Formats: sequence, C-alpha cells, structure tokens
Amino acid sequence: MYFGLSEEQVFFQDNVKKFLEDQASLDVIRKIASGDSDELQKEIHQGLINLGLNALLIPEEYGGLGLDLLFAAAVSEGLGSGIAPISYIGSYIMAPIAIMHGGSNEQKENYLNKISSNKIKFGVGLSEYIAARDDSGLEVSKNKVNGKALFVIDGENATHFILSTKSGGMFIVESNDPGIELIKLTSIDKTRSYYEIILQDAKIDLLEKTTSSHEAINKTVDAGRIMLAADTVGASQVMINKSVEYAKERKQFGRVIGSFQAVKHMCAEMAAELEPCYSIVWHAAHCFDSTTEEARLMACQSKSHVSEVGKMVSKKATEVHGGMGFTDLLGLHYWFKRIGMNRQLLGSPELVRDEAGKIQGF
Amino acid sequence: MDLDYGTKYEKYTKDVQSFCKKYKGVQFSDTPKVPLASNNKSGGHTVTRSEWQKILIENGYFARSVPKEYGGYGGDSDIIKSRIIATEFSNARIPGPMAGQGIDMLVPTLLELGTEEQKSMYIKPTLHGEMIWCQGYSEPNAGSDLASLQTKGELIDGNWVINGQKIWTSTAQYSQMMFCLVRTEPEASKHAGISYLLIPMDTPGIEIRPLVDMTLHAGFNEVFFTDVTIPEANIVGKRGEGWAVANATLGHERGSLANPNATMNRLNQLINRMKKETIDGKKLIEIPVYRDRLLKIQGKVIAFQSHSLRVLSSKLNPGQDVKIAKMIQKLVGTELRHELEGLGIDIMGELGTLYEDSPYLRDGGSWQFTYMYFLGLIIGGGTSQIQKNIISERGLGLPREPKVQGV
Ligand SMILES: Cc1cc2nc3c(=O)[nH]c(=O)nc-3n(C[C@H](O)[C@H](O)[C@H](O)COP(=O)(O)OP(=O)(O)OC[C@H]3O[C@@H](n4cnc5c(N)ncnc54)[C@H](O)[C@@H]3O)c2cc1C
Repeated sequence: MYFGLSEEQVFFQDNVKKFLEDQASLDVIRKIASGDSDELQKEIHQGLINLGLNALLIPEEYGGLGLDLLFAAAVSEGLGSGIAPISYIGSYIMAPIAIMHGGSNEQKENYLNKISSNKIKFGVGLSEYIAARDDSGLEVSKNKVNGKALFVIDGENATHFILSTKSGGMFIVESNDPGIELIKLTSIDKTRSYYEIILQDAKIDLLEKTTSSHEAINKTVDAGRIMLAADTVGASQVMINKSVEYAKERKQFGRVIGSFQAVKHMCAEMAAELEPCYSIVWHAAHCFDSTTEEARLMACQSKSHVSEVGKMVSKKATEVHGGMGFTDLLGLHYWFKRIGMNRQLLGSPELVRDEAGKIQGF
Repeated sequence: MDLDYGTKYEKYTKDVQSFCKKYKGVQFSDTPKVPLASNNKSGGHTVTRSEWQKILIENGYFARSVPKEYGGYGGDSDIIKSRIIATEFSNARIPGPMAGQGIDMLVPTLLELGTEEQKSMYIKPTLHGEMIWCQGYSEPNAGSDLASLQTKGELIDGNWVINGQKIWTSTAQYSQMMFCLVRTEPEASKHAGISYLLIPMDTPGIEIRPLVDMTLHAGFNEVFFTDVTIPEANIVGKRGEGWAVANATLGHERGSLANPNATMNRLNQLINRMKKETIDGKKLIEIPVYRDRLLKIQGKVIAFQSHSLRVLSSKLNPGQDVKIAKMIQKLVGTELRHELEGLGIDIMGELGTLYEDSPYLRDGGSWQFTYMYFLGLIIGGGTSQIQKNIISERGLGLPREPKVQGV
C-alpha cells in the first residue's frame, strides 16, 4: 500500500512550480492582471505546453501522454501554488475527458489529436448544467444552438468551446462560427479569464454519447472539481508558507510575532485543516482513475470541503500578515482571490454538497 | 426591561420621520472620496455632501451636542434621540452624516482635550465635511505595538520639526490635516515620550505615496516627513501625554468601525437579493441551505443590534455593568460583517465573483469589495488577536503573556 504522489508526479509538479517561479513572478502576474500583457501570458502558456500540459490526459494513440487524473491533480496543485495565469482545467482536463467519454471514435480522432499537438484549444462552459444563473441556458435543435452560457472557463484564445444543455447534452461550437459572440467578464481573479457566450443559430457538433447518458458530463464535471480543489490546495499551501515565513521575521513588542500563541495557533490551524485536503484530493483523483463506486462522491466532497478550508486559510493568512496582508505590496491577495474564485466555479459548496447527497440516494 | 423611550420621544420620532419623508431619495452630486461612504441613488433632492452635513446639523440630526460656536447644533446630549435618528434614517434609507477619522475621532478628542483656539479653528470645517483628516499613528515597525513608534518631533525655535514615516494612513491623499503621534521625549519611557500633533498636509516636506490594497483601490498611504515644520501650538494635551490623548480616541474608532445599523441594512439588502436571484429558475430564498445560512446570520445580526441597545442603555443607567459587552464590539462587529458579505458572495456563486465593471455585476460589486474591506477592518484599528488579548486580559482578568526575551 502506498498513499501519495509517485516520484514522477512530484518531479513533474516541481518542474511546473519551478517554471512558474522563473517565468511568472509576482511582477509578471501583476502585469497580466492589469490586462496589458498578452505576450507574457502567451509565453507562459507556451512554456507549459512545452512541458506537455495540453497532452497529459490524452491517450498515447491520440498523441498524448496517457497519464491519469492523479497526475493531473499534482499538476493542478503546482499551477495553483504559482497562481498560473493560463488555461488548464477547462482546456486540457475537462475538454479531453468530455471528448474521450462522450465522443464517437471519429470525434476522438478528430479533436484529441489536435489538442495534443496544440492545434486547437477548448474553452468549457458547463454552468448551465450545474446551476444556471440569471437567465442563462442553451437550446439545441437539429444541429444548431441558441441561448447564452455564463462563466465559460479558459476561453482565452480558444478555437472551440464545449458547452452543454440543462439536460447534460454536450456539444462543440467553433469560435469562428458567425453565430457566436464572446463577452469578457471581469472577476476578482485576474489570473484567469471568464466569458459569457451568446449563441444564435451556431452550428454544433454534438458529442454523440452525451444525449442518452450523463456519464460523460458527470466525468467531466468531477474531473474539473478535483482539479479546482487541487488548485486551491496548492494556493492555500503558499499562503500558509508565506504566513509562517512572515511570522518568523516580523517583530512587534520586541519579539517575532510567531512567538505569540495567537499567531502560532492561526498557523497551526491552517496547517491542520489543509493537510487532510491533500489526502482527499489525491484520493478523489485515484477513485476517479480506478472508477470506483465512490468516485463521484469523492469528487464532490473534495471540491466542497477544500473550498471551505481554502476560505479559512485565505482569511487567516491575510490576518497573520496584518496591514501588509491587506495591501498589494506582497501580492497575497492574488492567492486569496484565486481561492475565492475556485470556490464558486463548477458549483459553490452548498450546491456540490447537495449533489453529494443525491449521489448517495439521500 | 422597558424598551419604551417614553412619551416625550413620540413627537420627536414623528419629526424625524417627516424629515425623512421630505428627503426620501436624496442624492449626492459629488462622488465619495472615502470608501463605503453611502451612495444613495434614487431620485429626489440633489445636494453636495457638505450641504447635506449642514442640513443635518441645522435639524439637530448630527453633531447634536457640539456647541453652536464650533459649528454643532448646540443641543443636549441625548442618546435616545441619536438612536431614533439612526433608526429612522436607516429605515427610510436616508444617507446618514459623513463618517471618517476627523468626525469620529478628532472632533471628540478636541472637544475633550483641545484648546479653545483648536476647537474654534478645526471643529466646524470638519463637521461640515470641508476639512478631511487622516490618522497618522501606525508606522512600518509600530502596528499592534503602536507605542513603539519612532517618528521624531523636536521643538526648535518655537516650532515642531518632524522627521520619520507613517504607513497605512487611510485617506491621507485627500486630507487637509493629520492628527499624528510623534515621539517628542526620546529619553522618556515608551508610552511617556509621545505627543499628539496636528499637521496641515500641505506643509513642505510631506510626501504621500498611495498604497493599493487588495480591493485594488488606494485606500491608504505611506506618508514621509522630512523636516516638516509646524507651530508649537499644534499639540493636543501636553508634551508626552499623546498616548493618553490617542487612547481617548481609539475607543471612538473601535466603536465606529462596525455599526450595527449598517450591518442590519446590509442584511436586508441580502434578503432582497435572495428574493430576486435564482438558480435554475428557483429563488434563492426558497432553497433550504441558503435560507438556513441567511437565517443563521440574521440571528447574529439581531443579537448584535440588541447588544448595541444594551450598551446604549448602560449610558443611561450608570449602574449597569457592560465592561466586557463593550470590549467585544470591534471584534464581533467586524467579523460579523465580513461573514455577512461572504454569504452575499456565496449565494450568488459565480455571479458573486464579478468585480469592477463586469457585465452581470450585482450591487456594484459591493459584496466582494466589502468582504475584502472588512477583512481590512478586522486587521485595522487593533487586530482581532489584539482584541482577544484585551478581552481576556483586561476583561476577564487572565494573566498577561509572559515577556519573551531574545526572540
Ligand atoms: C484597512 C486598514 C486601514 C488602516 N487605517 C489606518 C489609519 O488610517 N491610520 C493608522 O495609523 N493606521 C491604520 N491602519 C493600521 C492598523 O492599525 C494596523 O495595521 C494594525 O494595528 C496592525 O498592525 P500591523 O499591520 O503592523 O500588523 P502587526 O502588528 O505586524 O501584526 C501582524 C500579526 O501579528 C499579530 N500580533 C501582533 N502582536 C500580537 C500580540 N501581542 N498578540 C497576538 N498577536 C499579535 C496580529 O494580530 C497580526 O495577526 C489601517 C490598517 C488597515 C488594514
């Protein structure tokens, strides 16, 4: 029995972290966040593609690396720790899974090869399936779609989108379709982008196996949720590390603040809550890979539980830093906001817990 | 228990109500400089913020007990009336008076400890919103341990000459004046060497560098002093008494950071939002998990408001013991408001993450802004941890933490 990441997984994760430390310093993140640095963002994206990020999950027969979701989770953790300003969860995890589980052989042949060779890139919008807000929703008839999708992720430079109807049918639209309009949304999280998509008689390529079964869309959402949880774990760990470092250096009342029990306890509570989050995320990814019965429950609970812990960590870590934590000087808020965003994506905690209940027949 | 204010307040309540009716929907023609200043937008009268201050003072709805010669209403100090005003304004959604460190902290300090000249010079323009103040207390190495501040003031030829640096100075960039703590007696012990000075912000030698905070606004600043020279008379209290003077006002600040009426208004706004927002067409207010979270926090908000009544009552009934009840207000009030704002985000899910000028933005993005802003207030004005130290040591009488040497 061995519970943990493999050597290769740790090695790859370290490479991702190191790459981001070198290429996506806080100064770079600030520039990207202020919106005038598309080039820098593209370079970082390309660098991670060179590491193989786009091909992780795609089977070798389609030119991919054929790795499993636990591997992808290890990477997501790394990306969260470096608040990577790039597409990942939608483009390279959810989209391939949707196609692998929902697509016909022809569709797999067509799309997966192109994702692994970086010829196409997907944005993903399944909010209408999970919880439609405002008056969003998509209607499919024949091979056309009408309506609007909100909070589409990884839409930056996407050539295609995977969207869904309320009833869980997933389909692909091309971003150069004359019937598609993209509207950028501004969220607190400036490290990644979010879109509204309005569709008017846009042509669709329906993922064939998704009309009769929810299996593919559930797999896609589960994977996305595990990835978000892993991202939050990575980001939370950085907030804790920064707090501990700061508490060892900052002096008040003639002593380092880390010598006050109040500060020590904040740090210990954060660590105590976060440690099991690694475990649940890895375990959930493992269940996903081995398609055990509890896979769906684990995916839901990892997302909702880690979201709660992330919220606590992001608050306490800010508090440990005092006024400094509230400023842009240390940039701590980029992690705070990333964690805050992850919490709401693909279902906020209450909604995901509700789903966890239904999965168990409660 | 007797919650009736008595018949003598019935007419007063009616008067306040008719004022509120008259000014229903009053709007400001100038934009707020201070974060969280109320920004009412619903038609009706249009006034500048300063005009509004004057209208409120004329009617005795603000600066009630401040003497007329200093620009106040010159009435008796009647906390029941103040309470009625606050409640009626809040019910009618009429903007209250301006807040800010000048009004909340400096004015009470000057009334208590200022010279005649200081009172007549500063109070009136401050109440009228024409003189904005900032609080120059914290320094890079003096936050929670404020008394270790090092900004130096020397008396040279009848002037104070100030050198050093302040940080986290809210609104310094818009302020005409700063009330500032400065070390003037380097020989004296930590607390006994500090003086409380009033510094015009246009004095040569002051440099202000705005600091962007997590809300992405520059809410506060670094302020640098190089040979800043001000008259000797700009001191409140005596030399070396600044710590006591400042403590007189820290109490005012802590009371004003978490206003229970504002929290109740925000709760009501949340309820309205939940009646409108839907998930898959179903109203949030009807979804049991959200409903329970709302009602749970409503309990806390009501408790906090009731609590403020009890603290108020202690001012009328001097025998009432509210020692700890008062000490917890900053801690509980700021934590509660932060939690409430977080719920506003959670119920809206992804919509709740939208910010700045995004399409689909709800309530101007104020749930995110205030969620972060109140995390700032949990830290500012004495952190939650410091509040807990105060409650346990001064309130509950627990022993102080032993001094640790050499860490
Ligand atoms: C939004 C905002 C507005 C502000 N506005 C102003 C202003 O207008 N004017 C002004 O002068 N200042 C202002 N401040 C500064 C504020 O008063 C300080 O930030 C606050 O007192 C904390 O000091 P610090 O930032 O140096 O943190 P530190 O004192 O360094 O604290 C860091 C951490 O150590 C903990 N800690 C420190 N000492 C102890 C102890 N003895 N026991 C247990 N834990 C301890 C703290 O709780 C905190 O978690 C503002 C701050 C904020 C966030």
